[in-house]
Amino acid sequence: MASKGKREGREKESASALAEGVVAGDKRSLARAISKIERGDENLPALFSELYPRTGEAITIGFTGPPGVGKSSIIAKLIRLYRDEDKKVGVVSVDPSSPFTKGAILGDRIRLADHFLDKDVFIRSMGSRGHLGGLAAASRLAGMTMEAAGFDVILYETVGVGQGEVEVASAADTVVLCLQPGAGDAVQALKAGVMEVADVFCINKADHPQARGTAAEVRSILEIGHELDPDAPVPPIVLTRGDTGEGVAELEKAIEAHRGHLIETGGMERRRRASLRDFVISWATGRLEKEMEERLRGEDADVMERVYERRLDPIAASGKILRQA
Amino acid sequence: MAKVGLDGHDRGAKIIARALRDAGMEVIYTGLHQTPEQVVEATIQEDADAIGVSILSGAHMTLLPRIVDLLKENDAEDVLVFCGGTIPKEDIPKLKEAGVGEVFTPGTPTKKAVEYLRRAVPSAS
Ligand code: B12
Ligand SMILES: Nc1nc2c(ncn2[C@@H]2O[C@H](COP(=O)(O)OP(=O)(O)OP(=O)(O)O)[C@@H](O)[C@H]2O)c(=O)[nH]1
Ligand SMILES: [Mg+2]
Repeated sequence: MASKGKREGREKESASALAEGVVAGDKRSLARAISKIERGDENLPALFSELYPRTGEAITIGFTGPPGVGKSSIIAKLIRLYRDEDKKVGVVSVDPSSPFTKGAILGDRIRLADHFLDKDVFIRSMGSRGHLGGLAAASRLAGMTMEAAGFDVILYETVGVGQGEVEVASAADTVVLCLQPGAGDAVQALKAGVMEVADVFCINKADHPQARGTAAEVRSILEIGHELDPDAPVPPIVLTRGDTGEGVAELEKAIEAHRGHLIETGGMERRRRASLRDFVISWATGRLEKEMEERLRGEDADVMERVYERRLDPIAASGKILRQA
Repeated sequence: MAKVGLDGHDRGAKIIARALRDAGMEVIYTGLHQTPEQVVEATIQEDADAIGVSILSGAHMTLLPRIVDLLKENDAEDVLVFCGGTIPKEDIPKLKEAGVGEVFTPGTPTKKAVEYLRRAVPSAS
């Protein structure tokens, strides 16, 4: 098949040619660059060193929350508003992969179909498993690649279940936590992690009779937090409808207000410094983990055998691979 | 995995998507009622290796060649197109002639589709 040769030829294209394509706004280059990120391609460092200086200007927003609350629906409506302001919008949508097969069905696109043919909207789906440097790093690289391609607003969507998923959203300038009516128990469960990272709360499915009650419940939880730490601002709570778009303009305003506040107080700089630091650490950790896997494989099979037979303890075994030059 | 045109039969598409996922592949499901233009644009943005189209409406002879043509126009003819659904036997050779890699009719075991894709797309582990 001649076509296969073409595909392979592309994988070998030079990093700088690909970076040039991305920066020129070529969609296929952008798509292929993101594939390199997903694969952990050997050209990725060279590619990214060319793209990185062109990032940092975009508005970045992370959306997280339990499955099915309406994150993608809200994002679809929000894209419309940003498009009306003539902003180019990139979306990185993360869906859970099967922990067993690593396969995934990525369904967030279904709700974004209205924007498929808008050339100033670029949507990329990602499975959550098996990324070098962790999920947050991989999705962030994808979003930054979109920034380098000239997108003004980058939206990240993740299901707020695992720690890695929450980290994806937290890397953004503004984090929106989406909840739905009757989610009282979910809120209790989320409190431990996700509640703290949210800058704006969105109670979606406002058409539901319990919507106001849920908003009140969330408010009371947030007020407790405020009493414990009076310096922390109380995040706004916005009621929305993902199906009609009601309330989404208010959500956009709340996001904008949060952004404005961050910029005014210097919080933006602190936040971005911290998140870049996390990025560096998680990428380095990912590299180290891969290296350790390889070293362990390189050791004679005897090492793990001795661990299993209680002749060598796991800490001593890890010391062995750590100290290898 | 795409559903094009006015066809609302989505069981086949969902079953195949599930089978491919269970085989360790990443499947992007576009949802119902897509145009060939939307499907091709999504394919490009996602840098997909293959497009699986499910058609039970009888419109396969117009929709599938359109997808293949659009891929060519976008310099993406390296993307494999394969399909399934209620497709009469006599149309199968014509579809293959038009550039469709394989056609799976009702009752095909899902395993067949998985095996085919693994063979046709080397990166599909
Ligand atoms: C269930 C069904 C419905 C359900 C659909 C529910 C749903 N959400 O899917 C309902 C009741 C809604 C329905 C409605 C209609 N239906 Co109907 N329906 C069927 C029926 C009985 C079974 C389809 C099905 O789900 N099969 C089970 C799945 C798993 O099988 P499958 O889709 O064929 O998929 C398999 C393979 O084809 C293949 N495959 C399929 N897609 C893909 C994709 C890829 C990439 C791959 C690799 C493989 C693959 O793999 C699968 C596993 O083997 C068929 C008859 C039949 N025997 O096919 C008629 C049938 C499809 N319907 C038909 C018609 C006419 C209609 C209506 C127009 C009826 C009407 N006048 O209102 C409406 C149209 C609805 C719409 N908007 O499109 C006709 C279509 C005729 C045609 N092709 O010209 C059929 C063939 C019945 C007939 N003999 O007349 N229908
Ligand atoms: N009644 C009602 N339904 C809504 C509203 N917003 C979204 N939905 C529906 O809720 C369902 C889930 O919406 P999605 O936007 O896919 O939710 P999601 O949070 O992105 O889902 P995952 O990505 O699977 O976690 C869909 O059937 C939507 O039509 C709303 O305001 N009211
Ligand atoms: Mg979603």
